[in-house]
Amino acid sequence: MTGAALLDRSATLRVSGTEPIGPYTLLRVASGPIAAGVPGQFFMLHPPGRVLPRPMSLCLAEAGELGFLIDPIGPGTRALCELEVGESLHVLGPLGKGFDLTVARPLLVGGGIGVAPFPYASQALGGPPAILGFRSAHHAEAAALVPGAEVVIEPTFVTALLGDDPGDVLACGPAPMLEAVRRLVPQAQLAWEAPMACGYGACYGCVVEVDGRLQRLCIAGPVLQAA
Amino acid sequence: MTVPIVNASGCLDALTAPDVAAPLDAFVTKTITPEPREGSPPVRIAETEFGMLNSIGLQGPGLEGLLAQTLPALALQGLRVWVSVGGFSVGDYAGICERLEERADVELIELNLSCPNVEEAPESSAQIVAGCRARTTKPLYAKLSPATWDIGESAKAVVAAGADGLSLVNTMRGMALEPATLRPKLGRGSGGYSGPALKPIALACVSACARAVDVPIVGMGGVRTGLDALELVAAGASVVSLGTILFADPGAPTRVRRELQEEATRRGIADPRTVRGIANS
Repeated sequence: MTGAALLDRSATLRVSGTEPIGPYTLLRVASGPIAAGVPGQFFMLHPPGRVLPRPMSLCLAEAGELGFLIDPIGPGTRALCELEVGESLHVLGPLGKGFDLTVARPLLVGGGIGVAPFPYASQALGGPPAILGFRSAHHAEAAALVPGAEVVIEPTFVTALLGDDPGDVLACGPAPMLEAVRRLVPQAQLAWEAPMACGYGACYGCVVEVDGRLQRLCIAGPVLQAA
Repeated sequence: MTVPIVNASGCLDALTAPDVAAPLDAFVTKTITPEPREGSPPVRIAETEFGMLNSIGLQGPGLEGLLAQTLPALALQGLRVWVSVGGFSVGDYAGICERLEERADVELIELNLSCPNVEEAPESSAQIVAGCRARTTKPLYAKLSPATWDIGESAKAVVAAGADGLSLVNTMRGMALEPATLRPKLGRGSGGYSGPALKPIALACVSACARAVDVPIVGMGGVRTGLDALELVAAGASVVSLGTILFADPGAPTRVRRELQEEATRRGIADPRTVRGIANS
């Protein structure tokens, strides 16, 4: 694991803002001692009252603030979305390996809540082109967080807009989307997702199978790139 | 000196998180098997209302990997190392113990007799302990499942077979379903249930074993706070082990140690070790 010692990346932070964006919630916390890290890295956020924290990539890195875009799909993410300004939240991060930003022609490709790391990535890369896919216009409201993004709505998929020469693709989204992107762009950087208990290499819970190999996302990823 | 605090096997990797392991009184390795294992297919983790399920499936480098890479790397960190040993027959367990016997960097051997995620060895726990006892002089602790009708009898049997201590308790087999599909959340269907829900079960098992046998007991199951740890000591634990809490709070070793002393002091107890077993009298 790279970066500061793990315990130096652990802090209880104050919720500084919360706003709905389509069906999602943008949760902002005062960053305190926690660094933003590299786009594509993730943080473990501990929802009040839950046993385990939840892994979330960083959506926005602004002065003194970290922003996370959260899709309320279960009890943990719902508890995160229900946090109110002034409440505290335990945060561990940044963790894992993020995107390699030293690419010549970046293209951001996101699907659904996979848009989450791209506002920060877009800022870090100086506003590269982006293609974002959503299942409805309501979900697509999140595209406003990524300046200049092209948006497709199901039944159109992001792969329809990739073209013959998409450049250096950085992708995040559901596994079927990542597999489809990889078939068209084998060297794409793909940010995967898996249930995680710890986020720091302790539990061995977050494996995904890529090319017949099990990879622990918190150590090898979450951004994996074909060799 | 106070109550020693260790990690539960499989709940911490001292090589990826050395600063989390450093405050522990000993580091317990992930269960080692004779051969390398890739482990279970995804999904391996699911949270439930009061705990979590895992089906990791003893992923690990196998005995040779442990001996050649893991143990030397742990030694560089200056940790006291307890090795958790698994297998699928008496010969598996005993063969690993024989190889560990020659290693000065291994302080204690914990026999994982109760992993809910792999096929169990056909032999009884006592037979496995006896087979290992014949191959090693190192302290040998038997880790028992709480899913037994009389754990005190199991404790007597493994101690009679040569166990020097007990680790109580392992996870219990459990299952969670995806509400939308009514299918199991875990790839293997079921897995080991751990976390806060296990605490009353752990207390009962530790208490039953402390009354049945007079050996050191590593107590674990749902410990989140210093009070949880103190309760396990009162039930008969001589060492307290942290499992699921490490996933949510990597600062738990230092915090639980501090809270344990605070809880003892609040009760007029200078040394929390002195309350060992008072729940049983």
